[in-house]
Amino acid sequence: MSGQSNYNPKTGIEKWLDARLPIIRLGVDTMIFPSPRNLNYWWTFGAILAVMLVSQLITGIILAMHYVPHPDMAFDSVQHINRNINWGWMLQPMHAVGASMMFLAVYIHMFRGIYYGSAKNPREMIWIVGMVIYLLMMATGFMGYVLPWGQMSIWGAIVITNLFSAIPPEAAGTAVTQWLWGGFAVDGPTLNRFFSLHYLLPFLIVGMVILHIWALHIPSNNNPTGISIKTKADTLNFHPYYTVKDAFAIVVFLMIFSYFLFFKPDSMGHPDNFIPANPYSTPAHIVPEWYYLPFYAILRAVPDKLMGVVAMFASIGVLFALPWLDTSKVRSMRYRPLAKQFFFLFVLVCLGLGWAGAKLPSDLVFVTGVDADGHEVGLTFVWMSRILTIYYFAFFLVILPILGLVEKPKPRPASIEASVLGTDKGDN
Amino acid sequence: MLKRIVSLAIIASFSAGAVFAAGAGAKNKTQDWHFEGMFGTYDKAAAQRGFQVYQEVCAACHSLKYVAFYNLGDKGAPFYDPEYPNPNDNPVIKAIAKMFTIIDGPDESGDMFERPGITADKIPNPYANEMAAKASNMGAFPPDLSLITRARADGSNYLYSLLTGYEDPPEGMKLSPGMSYNPYFSGGNQIAMGAPLTEGRVEYTDGTEASVDQMAKDVVEFLTWAADPKMEQRKRTGWVVLIYLFLLALLLYGSYRAVWRDVKH
Ligand code: HEC
Ligand code: HEM
Repeated sequence: MSGQSNYNPKTGIEKWLDARLPIIRLGVDTMIFPSPRNLNYWWTFGAILAVMLVSQLITGIILAMHYVPHPDMAFDSVQHINRNINWGWMLQPMHAVGASMMFLAVYIHMFRGIYYGSAKNPREMIWIVGMVIYLLMMATGFMGYVLPWGQMSIWGAIVITNLFSAIPPEAAGTAVTQWLWGGFAVDGPTLNRFFSLHYLLPFLIVGMVILHIWALHIPSNNNPTGISIKTKADTLNFHPYYTVKDAFAIVVFLMIFSYFLFFKPDSMGHPDNFIPANPYSTPAHIVPEWYYLPFYAILRAVPDKLMGVVAMFASIGVLFALPWLDTSKVRSMRYRPLAKQFFFLFVLVCLGLGWAGAKLPSDLVFVTGVDADGHEVGLTFVWMSRILTIYYFAFFLVILPILGLVEKPKPRPASIEASVLGTDKGDN
Repeated sequence: MLKRIVSLAIIASFSAGAVFAAGAGAKNKTQDWHFEGMFGTYDKAAAQRGFQVYQEVCAACHSLKYVAFYNLGDKGAPFYDPEYPNPNDNPVIKAIAKMFTIIDGPDESGDMFERPGITADKIPNPYANEMAAKASNMGAFPPDLSLITRARADGSNYLYSLLTGYEDPPEGMKLSPGMSYNPYFSGGNQIAMGAPLTEGRVEYTDGTEASVDQMAKDVVEFLTWAADPKMEQRKRTGWVVLIYLFLLALLLYGSYRAVWRDVKH
């Protein structure tokens, strides 16, 4: 797909520019680009993410004009933005709710990738760059949540930075933690550097998104059948076919975003973050933002602190290896009856882990009876997390590798065109 | 199937917020508030009475530091008067500000001095600092109330339940000295704030009977405004945005159908 160009400069000035800086050619070839003709709405989330990223950048830059990264003033400055700055009452929640919406979109985007085998050959690099984006998003979201300097901000920061103190002091655990803090506790220097990095990382994300889309333009999109493009009849140009479809999906997504932004702005935050940070008063229950909850559950599922941290990082690390762990030659799980069921179970497990992450480990999922002292007993959330964590890892390390070798896939259409027209039901 | 699971996922992630709601103490009493729902607005008369309760009762111990007097006359605020788009001109706001004493300074000789409030002042803190506040309240700190209804789960109902929830302690329970029993309190069931509202504690200027229930509802209306003063503006804008996006979505869907008309997919 790469190599050919659809751009023919006509005027003299276009030719002159094209010979020196072929930027119009770049734009044209990005838009007039053959895409499979059968992409469904799950393929619109990449465009939705791009729009959300731009929205976060714009609102964030405006917020940074008024925000003060100082422990005595950060909380007040966020209130000042909400109460006194023109449109601040909209921009501040737009940025906060927007972060949640972006994670919602990215999770759908990633589940899509797993289900349709988009991570696999020849799209491994799209996936890996995607994973780098995801890591950057997690870091950005975490540091952003610290900035308003409420109770969950500081205590979230204390809990997460303390994870590094799980590394034994001999192996520089203490040194690393203090280096992150810029002192001996989460305090002013921590807040100031988090602000600096929170401003920097989104631009790294932008750079990575450019690589992501560049890598996408080599093999073109995967599609719901998982079959590679064979002839021109399998494709449509990105513009206008997918620009208009993406635009429609973006607007629908923005409606959901607007509903939360204007009518439920607090629903994705935590009430404790409306209490100014106080390092001497620990909240009853420290919870991260909803989009980290599954990983928080994995962290707490392991009794040993260091191993918990290892498990948590491994749960993200294993995703990098997905292109090679899914050994099936068939990309789309549409034609993989067993893999499909394990996949849906995996989605439920991720949701279950998120649920467990929001609860105290000793809370009960369900009650089976009472013990001798009259206390209720039953399945605790920490045990539920343990069971779900095992499935989480088994899905990648056992189920996907083995299934690819033993599963008998259903017959696939001969081509994308044939699947669309319903003319051919042969297998290949 | 995929669709169903993903919609489940969306619902589950958004209700994760609600998972945190379970706090200590008794379940909140719920009220139908005027400000609830997509069309909700503040009941201005109730919020004005609520300000009176704050001023005459709560302000003795609790600050309201993010609220300036002129904010009380902003659009969507309890004392908004369309005749005075600039609240600094509003005589009601000027009169309220004048009732408070502000410590200003230093003056030319380096001394602090007292003067009556002006509309640009913030509502003053009853105590010089946090230590002074604790010293006057047996070591307990009366928190600033400007965000209180958002700083507690289900905050408006919580505040209403707290204010109307003082009871005699259950038989056999010994209260620590100076503490009152309140099963709704988020920090356990003993609170260092004695029941602030008693029958007829204020005399409402509009003649409403000042029952504990009435005063509690009114002060909740006022403090909910204080915590979210742009709510009316936000919801109004929200409707405009949603309707605009809906029409745009229709238009784009039409374009999508037109562009794809001759393509089987
Ligand atoms: C005599 C001083 C005093 C008055 C008057 C007073 N309070 Fe308090 N209030 C306190 C103290 C002290 C605390 C801290 C209680 C504790 O931590 O045990 C407190 C705590 C609170 C809390 C926090 C409860 C929580 O969940 O942490 C709220 C809300 C509150 N007061 C509302 C009000 C309202 C509304 C009024 C007016 C109707 C009022 N208070 C009048 C002293 C007062
Ligand atoms: C800021 C975040 C991101 C943006 C803006 C973004 C953007 C895009 C866009 C525009 C596409 C093409 C359209 C589509 O398939 O939806 C795409 C495809 C893809 N993305 Fe992302 N992406 C982001 C994050 C991620 C992450 C975190 C991952 C996974 C770890 C990922 C994995 C993929 C894969 C595998 C494809 C190819 C899909 C296919 O062709 O079937 N992306 N991305």
